[in-house]
Amino acid sequence: MSEAVELDPVESKMWITVTINGSKDTYLVEQRLTLADFIRKQVGLPGTHLGCEHGSCGACTIIMGNRAVRSCLLLAVQADGESIETVESLAENGVLSPLQEAFHANHALQCGYCTSGFLMSLVARLREGPIESEAEAREALSGNICRCTGYTGMVAAVMSLSSANGQNGEGV
Amino acid sequence: MKPSRFIYHAPSEVEEVLELLSEYGDEAKILAGGQSLMPMLNFRLLAPAHLIDINRVTGLDNYALGDSGLSVSALVRHRDLELSPETELAYPILHEGLTNIAHVQIRNRGTICGSLAHADSAAELPSILIALDGRMNVRSKSSRRTVPAEDFFRFHLTSDLDSTELLESVDIPAMTRNSVGAFDEVTRRKGDFALVGAAVVGTWSEQGTIEDCRIVCSGVAPTPLRLKEAEEFISGTDLSDEVLIGVQQLVTESLEPTEDVHTSAEYRKKVTGVVVRRGLARLAGQRRVINV
Ligand SMILES: Cc1cc2nc3c(=O)[nH]c(=O)nc-3n(C[C@H](O)[C@H](O)[C@H](O)COP(=O)(O)OP(=O)(O)OC[C@H]3O[C@@H](n4cnc5c(N)ncnc54)[C@H](O)[C@@H]3O)c2cc1C
Ligand code: FES
Ligand code: FES
Repeated sequence: MSEAVELDPVESKMWITVTINGSKDTYLVEQRLTLADFIRKQVGLPGTHLGCEHGSCGACTIIMGNRAVRSCLLLAVQADGESIETVESLAENGVLSPLQEAFHANHALQCGYCTSGFLMSLVARLREGPIESEAEAREALSGNICRCTGYTGMVAAVMSLSSANGQNGEGV
Repeated sequence: MKPSRFIYHAPSEVEEVLELLSEYGDEAKILAGGQSLMPMLNFRLLAPAHLIDINRVTGLDNYALGDSGLSVSALVRHRDLELSPETELAYPILHEGLTNIAHVQIRNRGTICGSLAHADSAAELPSILIALDGRMNVRSKSSRRTVPAEDFFRFHLTSDLDSTELLESVDIPAMTRNSVGAFDEVTRRKGDFALVGAAVVGTWSEQGTIEDCRIVCSGVAPTPLRLKEAEEFISGTDLSDEVLIGVQQLVTESLEPTEDVHTSAEYRKKVTGVVVRRGLARLAGQRRVINV
């Protein structure tokens, strides 16, 4: 089926305009490039990680159009005209965001491979409203997988935020 | 670069989608939410020559809730309906099903129609659509047809759609005042596909008996499975504890479920009885709420 198709190498690329972490740019991308690989290799932001590449682990979670999504399950061409946020948007001038600070303080990461995905899932969730209970914290964490921590530190990090920072979704 | 080469199409009108489908048929795949298709492309389990991305098609991202029921177009995401309080109020069973699909990050992209077209036998929505007597509105370049949900699922991952057809929308009839429904499932971890799921629907009569029952299970057969014997068993009863124990027994004894890597047939048999009973117990509870 696919072998039979003659693809013009120029034709299989497309121009897209994407806003990534606030800066808008135009890129020429291969049609079959995933958004995750685009962000990592073409844009040069390696903070978005790839674990399973089929939607299960959450390491590649980013925010697109204000919703947390799996960047391994999107094509770069689908991001044309969209606004994307990656983990690199969180710290400002090397100063960790309150959520990152809470992760640090509560031992919410060990190897750190899963961390960017968890952070982006939580940023999107916290914009919808505060996380009030441990059950809500676990629900908010449930779409990502961590092989190291056992999640206890992450739950503690989320709960520490609720008391300290008012969790209004601003600046998490 | 994970997926193998394809030619990408991003039409903006439904007619263009239908034109492309009629031209490329078997060589093409529709890309909706991508939450099932993209994994298969990444692993090269599928290598379509043409990918028809419907995400930029105008007019497909709306749903309408009215007196006659709910109509959901092809691009409505799981999350869109989940966050609609009116839909939750009108169809609590649908809301329960939606919140049991994967995790929010998946539901943010995945579509209702994509879940139905994908026809995974363990998925929640196919069973719920059959329980609610939904209708699939199917369209190709040259024809339109409406398929009752009950006739739509052919086999695991195979629906009634042919390769030139788009599932343009689904309609769900309104539930009457005395109609009740519940969805329950057993999974290993929250967000997983159901090992066994059960969608149960019925109507409480003025006499306090349950009528027009539908019991539809996910995960036990290559398609959603209607348990007609169990439906007959409970019809006309008051869903007393005795009836519930009886129907659990009937389901467990009569079912011959599939066995796979996720669990044994024996376990599925047992659990299906339990899940059906739990669902029906909730219908019994809802009788008190609607006060018949
Ligand atoms: C980690 C993970 C966990 C999941 N867990 C669950 C779960 O618990 N329960 C569950 O039900 N699902 C689950 N899913 C699958 C998810 O619900 C998918 O979103 C859904 O099955 C497909 O919808 P989609 O819009 O993403 O379709 P796509 O992936 O875009 O398409 C799926 C298939 O349907 C076809 N198709 C899509 N839309 C149409 C249309 N309108 N007309 C004709 N054909 C069409 C496509 O060509 C393709 O063959 C999970 C997915 C992931 C990644
Ligand atoms: S890499 Fe995307 S979910 Fe695992
Ligand atoms: S810290 Fe290692 S996987 Fe989460």
